[in-house]
Amino acid sequence: MMNKESRLRYIIKEGIQDSFHIWKEELKNVFKDTGVMIFFFLVPLAYPVLYAFIYDNEVVREAKMVVVDQSDSYLSREFTRRVNATPDVQVVAVCSDMAEAKRMLDEKKAYGILLFPSEFSKDLHTGKQTKVSLYSDMSSLLFYKAFLLSATEVSLDLGKELTARNNPASTDELQQIVLNPIPYESVTMFNSQSGFASFLVPAILILVIQQTLILGIGMLGGTARERNRFHSLVPIARHYNGTLRIVFGKSLAYILLYAVVCLWVLAIVPRLFSLPQVGEPWDVLLFILPYLFACIFLSMTLSGFMTTRESPMLVFVFTSLILLFISGVSWPLASVPPFWKAFGYLFPSTPGIQGFIRINSTGATLSEVAAEYRLLWIQAGFYFITACIIYRYQIIRSERLANKNSSLAK
Amino acid sequence: MMSTNGKRGVWNVAKREVQRFGSHPLYIFCMLGAPIISVIFFLTLMWNGLPTDLPIAVVDLDNSSTSRNLIRQLDAFEQTEVAMVTMSFTEARQEIQKGTVYGIFYIPKDFSAEATSGKQPTLSFYTNSSYLIAGSLLFRDMKTISVLAGASVGLQQGTAKGYTNEQIMAQLQPIALDTHVLGNPWLNYSVYLNNTLLPGILQLMIFLVTVFSIGSEIKYETSRQWLQAGNHSLTNSLLGKLIPQTIVFTTVGFMYCALMYGLNAFPLNSGWLPMLSAMFLLVISSQAVGVFMIGTLPTLRLGLSFASLFGMISFSIVGFSYPVLDMHPTLQALANLFPLRHYFLIYIDQALNGRELFFSWTQYASLAAFLILPLLIGKNLKGALMHFKYIP
Repeated sequence: MMNKESRLRYIIKEGIQDSFHIWKEELKNVFKDTGVMIFFFLVPLAYPVLYAFIYDNEVVREAKMVVVDQSDSYLSREFTRRVNATPDVQVVAVCSDMAEAKRMLDEKKAYGILLFPSEFSKDLHTGKQTKVSLYSDMSSLLFYKAFLLSATEVSLDLGKELTARNNPASTDELQQIVLNPIPYESVTMFNSQSGFASFLVPAILILVIQQTLILGIGMLGGTARERNRFHSLVPIARHYNGTLRIVFGKSLAYILLYAVVCLWVLAIVPRLFSLPQVGEPWDVLLFILPYLFACIFLSMTLSGFMTTRESPMLVFVFTSLILLFISGVSWPLASVPPFWKAFGYLFPSTPGIQGFIRINSTGATLSEVAAEYRLLWIQAGFYFITACIIYRYQIIRSERLANKNSSLAK
Repeated sequence: MMSTNGKRGVWNVAKREVQRFGSHPLYIFCMLGAPIISVIFFLTLMWNGLPTDLPIAVVDLDNSSTSRNLIRQLDAFEQTEVAMVTMSFTEARQEIQKGTVYGIFYIPKDFSAEATSGKQPTLSFYTNSSYLIAGSLLFRDMKTISVLAGASVGLQQGTAKGYTNEQIMAQLQPIALDTHVLGNPWLNYSVYLNNTLLPGILQLMIFLVTVFSIGSEIKYETSRQWLQAGNHSLTNSLLGKLIPQTIVFTTVGFMYCALMYGLNAFPLNSGWLPMLSAMFLLVISSQAVGVFMIGTLPTLRLGLSFASLFGMISFSIVGFSYPVLDMHPTLQALANLFPLRHYFLIYIDQALNGRELFFSWTQYASLAAFLILPLLIGKNLKGALMHFKYIP
């Protein structure tokens, strides 16, 4: 009885010591390897900054528009002047016919055409509804949006002023209709200027954490396979003969490194580029914890399949794009087909991005992202088990090969 | 043009390369697996062209037949689905934070009574623009329904008083805006995104495979044997190695074109030839960039890191989502270093707008100009192949 108890205590003590040994070894492995350093530090450090820089202007300003003014009247010129005065659109030229304007689009001197028909002014003066046509090049949806919003705004404002001015003597009943029976207002919540960086960069930040972990840990695994005897994931050494101690030791090393990375990626970068950051820091922290666990154990599982140190890059880099779209940030999750939705739930990035955006950009609390939070813990648990299985298998494999080898030597 | 010796060298290397495809499953995965997975994913994801049935919450404080009618009409829009009707704005806001809805449509108290008595009740709508696409699609639908609501009240009152529809519309909205979207009239997102995403993935895989196929010769110390097969000429060895890959990638690229412009009937106003030649130029210019990458960084892992980072950044810097013209001037200049950028500009001119070739020739020329890169790095690369010692 006594014997058994002290034995257990010895195993635990040895396990903890081995875990720390493996932890130290793994940190050494990381810092020795420039390839891994690139993915653990350079990419998380530089990539978010680069993306934030690319999208730094957030919205389109002064999109180039050409006007075809067949009316050539005071009203059409006033309309043009007002469109030009909006921050989003710049009128680069006024042409007399469409052919000339289309030519300017061909030459990329402008990206949109505003056409006033010849009866524009006459219609308005005779109390008929008139029409202004907008043609937009689709090289960017944001150009189209800038043209549409500016032209709509001007047409509504000018129209309202005209009816008020043209009908001073209209009857009471008509005045009632004139005065816009049901006004409306629109409010853009959380990302009030509809900025592109505020929309996309938070998702990229979360994705970068997962992808760099997969690439970095995959590379460490591939290197181990290349270097170790029998191309095994675990070295044949005294400290490496227990599954749990290996998984604990290694994951502790990654957690430690990524605590620093997360601080930079999720706290400092958003501040530097004034991205939305309305979530409670405590909620963000609690949410990121299972995300990191899930990512690390997923990466350790996948690393078991990497036979060379370069294969992770060949296999996983292109998945970033798929995972970004499956996460439902640009293509709404409600419209992702069921099969892909289910597939997306295999990866921590899907609930990670959804939950993080809602906490960070819309100020949700943990209880409002409970579904995502729970899923991340489930993933963390599941991938912990698969990581253990992978390492267990590798330990057995290398032991078997070692025994076979030594018996052959005899 | 080429001596028989040279031709034989190229042929020998090409045969050797095809055998390498067979022995490395990674080759097949990168050249066929990844591009095929991607095309299936993106085309099925966006099969409908536009996201449909985006959930919103309606806060209906009026709760009259008019407001219920309004809700039914809103729900009938293709992009909008009324997922919940509630009396509490706080509840609706929480649903936004839970991610179950992307917008709120707010109908005030006594809405229908006030509307008919000319008290001008205000309809409000809220969109969550943390999700830009969902937010702007819902904005469009909710704005339309608000305008229509106003118009229908106006029409009702006006016709009751004996005015014609024309008269009333001229009062309600004197200047109507009539929009034409050139090339992509349905604002189809699949057209908009896949025309650049798919060639971008192809470019990424070409960078990776080119770097891998040359870098692995250095890593596994087979580069001398490779040069020997090419009669010790770097040009022959490179041509022999790359031509089989060119054939595979061009086939994949043409398959992409067939799926987009054929099966999905994306706009192709230029006819096939300008886009197919752009695709072929994208393939060979990306290969040239790949050779340059491994030539500058002849360590396989560094070369591949370079290829990965450059390949991923191109999706943003090419400017199909956020326009290059609105980026920092430095980035505008840097964008020219990415083959995908020139391909994207050709696609806008040719497939989308059907412009004359004259307007795109500089972009075709730019793609061709990437072919100079291997010549610049040739000496460095040959040195690496002959003498570089792989440091693990």
